[in-house]
Amino acid sequence: MQYRAEVTIERKSGMLDPEGTTIKRALEHLGYHTNDIKTSKRYIIDLEEESAELAETKVDEMCQKLIANPMIHNYTIDLREV
Amino acid sequence: MTIAIIQFGGSNCDLDVLHVLEDVVGTDAELVWYKEHDLDKYEGAIIPGGFSYGDYLRAGAIASRTPIMDSIKKMADEGKPIMGICNGFQILTESGLLDGALTTNEYPKFRCEWTNLRVETNDSPFTSAFKKGEVIRIPIAHMEGNFYADEATLSKMEDNDLVAFRYVDSEGHVTEEVNPNGSQENIAGILSGNRNVMGLMPHPERASEEVLGSNDGIRMFKSMVEYISSR
Repeated sequence: MQYRAEVTIERKSGMLDPEGTTIKRALEHLGYHTNDIKTSKRYIIDLEEESAELAETKVDEMCQKLIANPMIHNYTIDLREV
Repeated sequence: MTIAIIQFGGSNCDLDVLHVLEDVVGTDAELVWYKEHDLDKYEGAIIPGGFSYGDYLRAGAIASRTPIMDSIKKMADEGKPIMGICNGFQILTESGLLDGALTTNEYPKFRCEWTNLRVETNDSPFTSAFKKGEVIRIPIAHMEGNFYADEATLSKMEDNDLVAFRYVDSEGHVTEEVNPNGSQENIAGILSGNRNVMGLMPHPERASEEVLGSNDGIRMFKSMVEYISSR
């Protein structure tokens, strides 16, 4: 089966997000006030596995081993069959 | 005795480190391309600065997962000294050889400037030639040097004397103003639990000759060579 996983990587709460802070400041120059801006990264991974469960396990391993740094990141996996 | 200088695609301080080791310190050193697996003949290793793999994913993340890092871990387990400078520090934290993580500078700008560092411990293979509390001048050049670790890790590092250097003013005081990147507790360099792995954001190879404005960095390399000779 073919699957597509959308992985979103975010900094853990309480960590600085310098990019978000800079964007917030730039928006203020344009007249938009926001309370907070957080950035995240999204990876779209296409893969073939026998089942959705197996695909999810594989993608989770990829996140643990490389895509995320568990010390500083939380991540979510959104998987669907394609 | 030969020290390996590990080269990844995008390393760019490798030749500077080679020059300092060979021409200034006067020891044997060899450049080792990351596809080499067997590092048994080397007595120590330096992972130099640069932008390995274009900093894709996260600085140091991809280099830290290459097979040569298993050989670096083996060297570390054998008690051989391993020093990671700048991108090398990022690679060592990403590989798990050092605690914590290096994230984007608090003000997200590439900062290339001189810093004052306070030597927090001289009980290591890299700092034995310094006096504890001494203030030295070494430049930085990075955008992702903001050291982060959780509270438990920070207190473990404190309890075990694992902070090697902090950013300070010229009098040796830790202040917010002289913290160039937002690092927790002004941390500029750290040691592993068994003390034979060190990572630091500043570049000692750029401060190893008087003509460059400081030769304080040379003592890190000399400490390392001294440690290897005494093993």
